Amino acid sequence: MDGIHDLGGKPGYGRVDRTGEDEVFHKRWEASVFVMNGVGKAAGGWYHTDQFRHAVERIDAQAYLKHGYYGRWLGGIETLLVEAGIVTSEEIEKELLARGGSLDDLVAARPSNKPEPLGPNPSKDGARRDLPNSPAFVAGDMVRTAGQPVPGHTRLPAYARDKTGQVICHHGGWVFPDTAAHGQGEQPKHLYTVRFSSETLWNKPGFSVSLDLFEPYLSPEVNND
Amino acid sequence: MTDADAPQLRAEALEALLIEKGLLTSDLVDKVITRYSERVGPMNGAKLVARAWREPEFRKALLEDATSVVTEYGFEGGEVQKLVVVENTPEVHNAVVCTLCSCYPWAVLGLPPRWYKDPAYRSRIVSEPREVLREMGVSLREEMEVRVWDSSAEVRYMVLPMPPEGSENLSLEELQSLVTRDSMIGVETL
Repeated sequence: MDGIHDLGGKPGYGRVDRTGEDEVFHKRWEASVFVMNGVGKAAGGWYHTDQFRHAVERIDAQAYLKHGYYGRWLGGIETLLVEAGIVTSEEIEKELLARGGSLDDLVAARPSNKPEPLGPNPSKDGARRDLPNSPAFVAGDMVRTAGQPVPGHTRLPAYARDKTGQVICHHGGWVFPDTAAHGQGEQPKHLYTVRFSSETLWNKPGFSVSLDLFEPYLSPEVNND
Repeated sequence: MTDADAPQLRAEALEALLIEKGLLTSDLVDKVITRYSERVGPMNGAKLVARAWREPEFRKALLEDATSVVTEYGFEGGEVQKLVVVENTPEVHNAVVCTLCSCYPWAVLGLPPRWYKDPAYRSRIVSEPREVLREMGVSLREEMEVRVWDSSAEVRYMVLPMPPEGSENLSLEELQSLVTRDSMIGVETL
């Protein structure tokens, strides 16, 4: 989806700010959020990695920028735990008020009234999967990326849409985030590293950007020369 | 600027509810802080880099199949199902990012610094890497090739930096102490 999270090439964010760069956790609550995500995914089994990434994409766009990394995680975790029925928004608000918080504060979580199904459990640990079919591309092939935005979760950033690049590596089969994030199962796909020149991406010289892209994002580049 | 502590009370509220429901214990949080402060961090990546500088065979193995190497080392921390190490040379400089979220090889570099997760780095390193690198203290000759790696799936990247001048006679431990987190992300040269 074309959300606030898809930041590659977006102007206006200024210089890199290195404040606090050596703190692993800035405050204890950040570590608590880190742990709560582990509980939600592994211990509780209430959501999968791709559903978590998509939940973070679905949070309030202003909160995405204002609340920092662990604030975004909190928004994603709360969204999914409310959707899974583990906690309710009312319980959280009551607990928040008891701690002197205000209901006027910006809330990142955006739980849906009609949450998507969790989908099948992962068939095994991790995201690598053996595939029976051969890869469609080999290193050296020129490929073109899909041109249209999709409404749901995807790992093709907007800046790399509808661009021509060269396959430099095949990584075997991996769980397809575009379906796994929506409860539609793992549907593993071949994954490739594809390199794009800066001329192709930004119409300027001097560098390349490589991305890891799933086979359904790619089609053979037709050479009309 | 971000208001980094705005969600604090809400995080504490959710944590209290999960503890009340028996789904979380407070000491688990302390354990995670210890783990990622003391055992998981760039000191693990530094071990690989220093050894690669010293042993050509190890360097070759690391560049060809870093996943097997890192599995053998058995570092904690995760996020290295597939690790790719890319090598800086006098001709090529590499830098790593995740523009869509903040993917990062935890087992070798620890948890990412805040700037790696913030919009400024994520938006700009793929569209103006030379400018960003210059601001962060890396000046590259005009003719050097710059390669940016956007970790858009489960593959994780680490940069093998060039050794600093005059480090030829140092011990492995001394070499390790010279390797910084930022040099393995590709935003520092040693």
